[in-house]
Amino acid sequence: MKRFSIFVDGQPIDADEAATVAAAMWNAGLSHFRTSVAGERRGPLCAMGICFECRVTIDGVPHRRACMETCAPGMRVETHG
Amino acid sequence: MADRLDAQIAVVGAGPAGIAAATRAAEAGSDVLVIDEAPGPGGQIWKHRRPEHAPRAARKWLERFVRSGARLVRGAQVIAATSDGELRAELPGAGGHMLDVRWGRLILATGARERFLPFPGWTLPNVIGVGAAQALLKAGVSFQGRRVAIAGSGPLLLPAAAALAAGGARVGLVAEQAPFPSVARFAGGLLRQPGKLLQAAMYRGRFAGTRYRTGTWITSARGDDRVREAVYTDGNRSRTVACDVLCCGYGLVPNLDLPMLLGCATSAGKVVVDERQQTSQDSIYCAGELTGIGGVDLALVEGEIAGLAAAGKSHGDRSLPARRSRQAEFAARLEAAFALRDELKSLARPDTIVCRCEDVILARLDPRWRRRQAKLYSRAGMGPCQGRVCGPALEFLFGWESDTVRVPVRPTPLAGLAHKEERADTT
Amino acid sequence: MRSGATPDVIVVGAGIVGAACADALTRRGLHVLVLDSRFAGGGVTAAGMGHIVVMDDSEAQFQLTSYSRRLWSDLAGELSRDCEDDPCGTVWIAETEEEWEAVRAKRAAYESHGVPVEVLDGRALAEAEPNLRPGLAGGLRVPGDRVIYPPNAARWLLQRAVARGARLREGCEVRAAGATEVELSNERITAAHVVNAAGPEAPRLTPGIPIEPRKGHLVITDRYPGFCRHQLVELGYLKSAHTLSAGAPSVAFNVQPRATGQFLLGSSREFVGWNAAPNPDVLEKMVRRGVEFMPALAGLSAIRVWTGFRPATPDKLPLIGRWTSSETHLPGPWIAAGHEGLGITTATGTGEILASLITGETPAIDPAPFEPNRAMPGGVH
Repeated sequence: MKRFSIFVDGQPIDADEAATVAAAMWNAGLSHFRTSVAGERRGPLCAMGICFECRVTIDGVPHRRACMETCAPGMRVETHG
Repeated sequence: MADRLDAQIAVVGAGPAGIAAATRAAEAGSDVLVIDEAPGPGGQIWKHRRPEHAPRAARKWLERFVRSGARLVRGAQVIAATSDGELRAELPGAGGHMLDVRWGRLILATGARERFLPFPGWTLPNVIGVGAAQALLKAGVSFQGRRVAIAGSGPLLLPAAAALAAGGARVGLVAEQAPFPSVARFAGGLLRQPGKLLQAAMYRGRFAGTRYRTGTWITSARGDDRVREAVYTDGNRSRTVACDVLCCGYGLVPNLDLPMLLGCATSAGKVVVDERQQTSQDSIYCAGELTGIGGVDLALVEGEIAGLAAAGKSHGDRSLPARRSRQAEFAARLEAAFALRDELKSLARPDTIVCRCEDVILARLDPRWRRRQAKLYSRAGMGPCQGRVCGPALEFLFGWESDTVRVPVRPTPLAGLAHKEERADTT
Repeated sequence: MRSGATPDVIVVGAGIVGAACADALTRRGLHVLVLDSRFAGGGVTAAGMGHIVVMDDSEAQFQLTSYSRRLWSDLAGELSRDCEDDPCGTVWIAETEEEWEAVRAKRAAYESHGVPVEVLDGRALAEAEPNLRPGLAGGLRVPGDRVIYPPNAARWLLQRAVARGARLREGCEVRAAGATEVELSNERITAAHVVNAAGPEAPRLTPGIPIEPRKGHLVITDRYPGFCRHQLVELGYLKSAHTLSAGAPSVAFNVQPRATGQFLLGSSREFVGWNAAPNPDVLEKMVRRGVEFMPALAGLSAIRVWTGFRPATPDKLPLIGRWTSSETHLPGPWIAAGHEGLGITTATGTGEILASLITGETPAIDPAPFEPNRAMPGGVH
């Protein structure tokens, strides 16, 4: 299993080729993925691509569901809040 | 930009029902194309991090699927379909790269999602669903040492608790809202299905030491930047359990978006099918949770029947209808046993968020409204989840039935709505 | 109003226009009953963009839209938050040199009507809206234009009317609307005056009214705060809005930022009867046109597509006044309908004009161009 780093808000975290971005973030103790309309911090709810609570910007593209994206070496993830 | 593929039979969903359908249809000689949004087949229940982690039944079916010759398009999310033989899916990557499929027969096996009900604190980070916990586990999350509380309703609570315990979690609470007599009747019914009873016993064994509490439900989650404790009650006394993760889900609801978009008749939240799994639309079949929540075994046999029917070989296996009847019986008992209690309707307070996409609180919703009215006035259901989370909750709280389904069935880049290909001038 | 008492005015249609009429009428002390077959703001009002815009395609339109825009601005501080009132302004975009020439004339026209505008050359346009493609000739910025969320604006106006004693009956199907009586499925209600404000369905209630449904498509995206700041409309929109050839759908670039950070992309026009199904070909043309102006639109996530039926008249002006049946020559109801794509903008002005006509006041602007029985160019198409 290939292991590598991805970057969340500029910080490297451990990941592997079978992990989703959400999983890698949870393993790194990161719970906040986005900020809601009313300013609440949110993280994954359904973990299967339905709720859109785990949205992050990946490699410059916003609104990507972290639970549906598999980690890739050097991936840049930005959370909002 | 769009690729084009043709198939005699297109199958949407590569969970057990879709895999069984595609395999049977391909083995019967049809040209079959399976489309699924995940990176690999298996749906939710057969998802696995490594092939050797998949349950034995899954491995056997997946091997048989590969041998059958059916094609699989991975990571493809269907955003539109017409009942006269077209569908459009978004392929992975951010460029709005689309796939257009022309099909002769269509089998929908898009499974189910969790039902979430709002309660104070449910939007705190680390409050997730029950199926969500298993999905995260399979996606690579380590639960080692995490204190976990599991609550809600349905037979998924047990395997989730067992899986999390096996993964090193400290399971502090397993709370089923259905009352003990209902659950006991259901469990007793499992005596008729020894395989399932064995499964249940194995689950209990794995987290021995933590009581499986019935007639108990979460009333609130508390925390700061994430959940720190959950408050639960049995209707008499309230208690608190410290937790790092709260898993709370109230059963499953079928993903009816595509069947509804295509005009398939539904009744009581299920797609109506005949004995060949055919819907009210000629050439469209449904199998699995779409026809009613019933678990893996029912999904498999419905998939097999649908696959054979779509391939024109309805009598290909005469043992199937009887198997389906037995499994359907289980499904019916499941629904009855885990009916949701009325107390769950009063958990949300006026300032509890009901629509998480748009942060619409309960106080902004008037129970006298209808669904579309509520959507227009409050914007509940107008976010990217397209009402998939708040919809079942609002149906439970107010009796509001879901709105009509429109294209795009899932959010998709605008470029994906512009379907004509750029053709180079070939003259 | 005591229940059971005969109202002074029955307003059929609780959309933005009916709501504005009810508001204006109750302000003049009249007892008003508003009827709607669905729920307030649930018809074409809910389908539109909510643009409040001064339009210069005719003198009458100029008068009506600038008067109405002023009335909306006066409400700015009072509207509830869920009306999402946003004074973001409009930028009309000149794609070609020809359109750029027209910008100067347009500025003169707006300024002669007392509507402040600002000419933006290519560079200023790019600064004002960085996501527009380079190479556009320029634009005209109209800072006083606004955006609003129509269903809640209609409700807000209705609530004001109700606070002054108006009654609202929803889920109430009206079969026919005459001069002093409306016919429901199992009752008739009389009043001194009846107002048909039923939008594209107005002809169904009062046969002969020259209104046809003109279908439009819209797409709403996910949130991309700051992607664009103004309502953006191509000057070619006016060409599209005036395309009269039957059956040929036309599209024009139109993007609107919402207070939520989501974007509405439009616009399309076609006459296809009441076929509400989104047309993939028209949608495709509309998206392409959008991407031609703002390439980054292609990657924005589209959450929902819908259609609506603009109530269109042959000369593009609404019907505001007393209708006389061309068959019977008898007076019919008052009409406040046929606003095509300007229903949200001109609702306020329409309400005031109509209420003035009913009470015998002199309306603030000349109502003659909106006379429902006026001669129309041959055929709606």
